Amino acid sequence: MRYVADVATLTRKDLRVELRARDTLPAMLLFVLSTLVVFHFALPQGTGDEAAYGLLWVAIVFTALLGLARAWVPEHEHGVLDALVLAPCDRSAIWLGKALATLAFLLVAQAVALPAFVLFFAPLDATAVVGVLLADIGICAVGSLMAAMAAASRSREVLLPLLVLPLAIPLVVGGVGAAISPEGSRYLLLLLLYDGVFAVLSWASFEYVVTETT
Amino acid sequence: MIEGRGLEKRYGRKRVLASVDLHVPAGGFALVTGANGSGKTTLLRLLAGLAAPSAGSLEVGVDRSRIGYLAHDPLVYRELTAMENLELYGRLYRVPERKERIGMLLERFDLWAARNESVSAYSRGMTQRLALCRALLHEPDLLLLDEPYSALDAAGAVLLDRELAMLADGAERTLVVTTHDPERLEPLARQRLALA
Repeated sequence: MRYVADVATLTRKDLRVELRARDTLPAMLLFVLSTLVVFHFALPQGTGDEAAYGLLWVAIVFTALLGLARAWVPEHEHGVLDALVLAPCDRSAIWLGKALATLAFLLVAQAVALPAFVLFFAPLDATAVVGVLLADIGICAVGSLMAAMAAASRSREVLLPLLVLPLAIPLVVGGVGAAISPEGSRYLLLLLLYDGVFAVLSWASFEYVVTETT
Repeated sequence: MIEGRGLEKRYGRKRVLASVDLHVPAGGFALVTGANGSGKTTLLRLLAGLAAPSAGSLEVGVDRSRIGYLAHDPLVYRELTAMENLELYGRLYRVPERKERIGMLLERFDLWAARNESVSAYSRGMTQRLALCRALLHEPDLLLLDEPYSALDAAGAVLLDRELAMLADGAERTLVVTTHDPERLEPLARQRLALA
C-alpha cells in the first residue's frame, strides 16, 4: 500500500512539473503530427496500407524517444535525483512513477496521432489499437530505465536512441504484426510477454542504475 | 554514530579523497574544512550513501530515512512551488502532521509569504533557504550540510545561525557541516576535520 502511495505521489509530481513547464507534451504532439503530415506527402500514391502501418510505428517510436529524452531532465538539472534516492521509498517506485507519467504523455500524443493516421492513411482495427497500447507500455517501461542511464551521461541525446532503439525492435515487429496480420492476436501475445519480461527487469534493475555500489 | 577509516574515493584515475579518518559520536557537531577540490562534497556524499568509498571502511549508524542532506544543488523542482516541493518530500518521508511541519519551517525560514510561488521565481538565497527546509523537514538524526551559508544574504545567514544553534543543542542529532568560513561555526563545533 505504501509502495502504491509513493508511486502515485511521484507520478503526480511528474504530471504537475510537465503541466507547469510544458516542455515535453507539446513537443511530442507537434512532432507526431508533423511526422504524419510529412509521411502523407512522402508516400507515393497507390502504396499499400502495409507501408503506412510501418510509418505509423516510425512516428510512434520516435515520439516516445522525444518524451523519454526529456523524462529525467528536471531531476538531473537540479540534482533532485539525489534527494529522491535518499528518500525512504523503494527506489523502483521512482522508475515506476516516471514510466507511468511518460506513458500518460504518450497516450495523449496518440489520442491525437491515431485519428490523424486514420484520416491521412488507413483504418485501424481494435487489434491494431490494442497493439499500440501494449507497445506503449513496453516502450515506457524499458525506455524510462534506459533514459535514466543515459541522463547521467554527457552524450545523452546520442546514447538514448542507441540504447532504446534495439530494444524497441520486438515492439515494432509486434505492433506492425498486430495491425496487418490475420493472426494479430498472436502478436498481441508477443507484446504482452515483452511488457511483462521487460517491466520486471526494469523494475528490478533501476536501483543499480541510480546508486553506486562499488 | 559515524566511523570512517582510511576513506578514499577515486573517479577513474583521479583521487578526490585520500585516506580520511573520521569519528563523529551521536549528537556530535563536526566541522569539515578544506580548499576547493579537497573532497568536502565527496565526503558528504559518502556519508549520505550517495557514493561508495573506493577504499577504507565507513559505518554510518543511521538508516537513510533519518539523514537530512543539503547539497550544492538545492534538490528541489524549480517548476513547483515551495509548498508543493515540501509536500512531495513530506509524503515520501511520511512526515507526521505534515502541513503543520511545513508551515512551521516556511515561517522559520521566512518563506511563508512566497510559499505558493514557483521556485523558478526565487532568488538564489530563497532557494537555499527552501533547500534547508527540505533537509530539515523529516527531523533527521544525521544532518549533512554542504556549504550551508552559500548564497545566503546577511539576514538569511542570521536565520541559519539561529537554526544551527538550536540543532546543535539536540542531544541526539548529529551534524556534519562543510564550510569555507570556519570562524562562524567554531563556537558550535565539537569535532574538526581539515581536508588537504
